[in-house]
Amino acid sequence: MSDVLVVGGGLVGAATTYGLLREGLSVTMLDEGDIAFRASRGNFGLVWVQSKGDGRPEYAQWTRRSADLWPGLQDALGEETGINTHYEKPGGLHFSLSEEDFEKRCALIHRMHNVHGAAHYGAEILDAKQVRELVPGLGPDVVGGTYCKHDGHASPLYLLRALHTAIEKRGGKIVPNASVSAVAPDGNGFRAETAKGTMRGDKLVLAAGLGNRKLGGGVGLDVPVAPEKGQILVTERARPLLPMPTHVVRQTSEGTFMIGDSHEDVGFNLTSTTPTMSMIAARAVKMFPFLKDLRLVRSWAALRVMAPDGYPIYEESAAHPGAFTVNCHSGVTLAAAHALGLAPMIAKGQIGDELSVFTAGRFDANAH
Amino acid sequence: MPTRIDASGERIAFTFDGQRVEARSGDTVAAALIAAGIDATRRSALSGMARGPYCMMGICFDCLVAIDGVPNRQACMVEAREGLVVTTQDGAMEALS
Repeated sequence: MSDVLVVGGGLVGAATTYGLLREGLSVTMLDEGDIAFRASRGNFGLVWVQSKGDGRPEYAQWTRRSADLWPGLQDALGEETGINTHYEKPGGLHFSLSEEDFEKRCALIHRMHNVHGAAHYGAEILDAKQVRELVPGLGPDVVGGTYCKHDGHASPLYLLRALHTAIEKRGGKIVPNASVSAVAPDGNGFRAETAKGTMRGDKLVLAAGLGNRKLGGGVGLDVPVAPEKGQILVTERARPLLPMPTHVVRQTSEGTFMIGDSHEDVGFNLTSTTPTMSMIAARAVKMFPFLKDLRLVRSWAALRVMAPDGYPIYEESAAHPGAFTVNCHSGVTLAAAHALGLAPMIAKGQIGDELSVFTAGRFDANAH
Repeated sequence: MPTRIDASGERIAFTFDGQRVEARSGDTVAAALIAAGIDATRRSALSGMARGPYCMMGICFDCLVAIDGVPNRQACMVEAREGLVVTTQDGAMEALS
């Protein structure tokens, strides 16, 4: 019996678990195993602020808060585990490949400035010459871009390993291969039926990614998340060239170029398809023509955990207080907010007002 | 030190860092280098430490060399040919030269 039972050992579950341990609670974290969809292992690795939350200022603020907390998370994990998450915050670039797209992008940035104020948002519009002063090797099709100093990137795999190591060092219990078939209220707390037997906790956090959809009903939570496939290409290593990440290409600290950003609604299908690989490769080569001479050494597909409007779902069950659910598609960006912002709220037993817009009730057409 | 179990085949030669390496027709570049006693063919892109052919079947990427000026070739997957210019892959390549 732990103070908190966390279902899900990916970036969301592990960041939340780590944060709960920091609050002095005892935590058991259940991880499904390698049969799971493993969105955390497929993440692109951006810590991204710019353009997030158009139409939902609370999401922009929450994302920015996570970016502000990230340096502290990186330092804490490094001190506790010796593992470097390779987080860097040099700012990030988004490019436009047509004047039409650039106009739309500028309108978006102006709109978000107006909503949040420059100090709280901090994205700048750069013309064709200015973007070329920031990164080398841009192709002629890049007409301009936007830069945000709060953007950065990290290694999702090192982050996950650091979180798991820190959890164990703080006395948290990680139970692997503990696929959860159901959760339910149990006396004053909750239980989870798992492949490793029944587990109990005073509180329950559902952080099982796409699995939350099936599990939520057991504790009165409606979690309408659905898969959105993304594919990623990885090149051979090269000497450091790109000083900052961009929205579709980033060079890792170990030298590979990661190329991404496809969005497909194909259900629970993890197949990498050639047309999508071609599309993202062609777009990346338009931005950085030198990429055409690099060999690809890996590619994969993973499933984002998407709510209908793309924003997170944070909610405590009204029917069964003490049962929480945490859902998002930005497990790296929001890791710091989950560990250092959300987990203290769960420890206190109440999700803060600043996150009240993120309940699933927003999808209920009959709610008003 | 590995030895050839079958020394038949046409004799060919290429260079590794300027040194003449004798091979047999059908050898991979990696096999010919190992047969010639050369086991360090690159320097790690991260640590700078010496690395050499390991899996010999295209999986481990430890045998990377530059061949005729093209970096990061897998020596175990390229057939040796007369006159190839093979050089140590010294750390990571330049993406934009």
